[in-house]
Amino acid sequence: MSEKYISRSNSVAARVLGGEMMIMSAADSTLFTLSEVGTAIWEAADGRTPLSEIVQRHVCAEFDVPAEDAYRDAETFVEELAGQGILSISDEPVADPDPPAREGL
Amino acid sequence: MATGISASRFATAAPINRQLGVTVEIGGIPILLESDDADFCALLGQRYAGFVNPSAAPTCQFEIHLHPAVQSAPQDARSRRGWVRQSANPYSIDAMLRIVHSLVLAEEGGFLVHAASGVRNGRAFVFAGISGAGKTTIARLAPPDATVLTDEISYIRKSGNGYHAYGTPFAGELARVGANLMAPLEALYLLDKGPDNRIEPVAEPLAASALLRNVLFFAHDPKLVKRVFESVIEFVSSVPVAQLIFTPDERAWELIP
Repeated sequence: MSEKYISRSNSVAARVLGGEMMIMSAADSTLFTLSEVGTAIWEAADGRTPLSEIVQRHVCAEFDVPAEDAYRDAETFVEELAGQGILSISDEPVADPDPPAREGL
Repeated sequence: MATGISASRFATAAPINRQLGVTVEIGGIPILLESDDADFCALLGQRYAGFVNPSAAPTCQFEIHLHPAVQSAPQDARSRRGWVRQSANPYSIDAMLRIVHSLVLAEEGGFLVHAASGVRNGRAFVFAGISGAGKTTIARLAPPDATVLTDEISYIRKSGNGYHAYGTPFAGELARVGANLMAPLEALYLLDKGPDNRIEPVAEPLAASALLRNVLFFAHDPKLVKRVFESVIEFVSSVPVAQLIFTPDERAWELIP
């Protein structure tokens, strides 16, 4: 199984509100709201940490989910976000550092 | 200052300045609409009666060239000057003013929103909703001690730690220009007609997405889209937002302090 690296898109605005991550695509103004687990993955999507490590560290450890299920769900989740254009998936680490997960005002 | 062209025809409004134009001040932001057509200026003065301020220094200005059925509005954001080509219909100016104000407000953390608003006891209340949600109804039901700011497009400006709502001349079915005054914003209600009158709490993320659906926004510049998103998040974090379910009679306002 090859590793996957995920990076947040530059063309989104993201803020935590009421404990939920809200993300707006600046390209088409579509709004997304992530669950707690989704938020953990989103915040860790720095383009350098392998998805398996993100799942292990931020999902399995924090939410007490079996590794295999968690990874499968995480793959589906990141593919969905990638399909929406707010996240990109790569087979290799992304060289450029990513913008912060939460943009300040 | 005023030439008197309009004063003879519209006694209460329509001051026209030297360049032949009308300065329309909405939300404390004066915009000079220049036209060499005195009749059209008089129409503008009448349309925006109550919001005309000939002594205000305009934040931006637009030359209006009257031309049947053609309309465009390029604007140089830096010079804050632009021109419009349009038919001699003052309501076409409404659309242009909404766009310009939404862009100006986006830069400073405010917004225009599809909402009725009113002032009661010195505090402003905003009632947001799509067409048919009850904006005109709630405005029409306003008790005598409340002043209607608009039944269609509410004007929200950030001020210090809070927000102010301003009256607008943008009217819906009420077909009545709002009162030109402002008040600190107390609460925003998401309107919903129902079998009784009650206020239901709304979680912040839901409040933000509902508000985003009602905010007027015209820019495709990703930076401005982000800015508006952040403005709405900040608004929801600091202003109480709740759902107002109401039956269309005067009891609806009993819930508004």
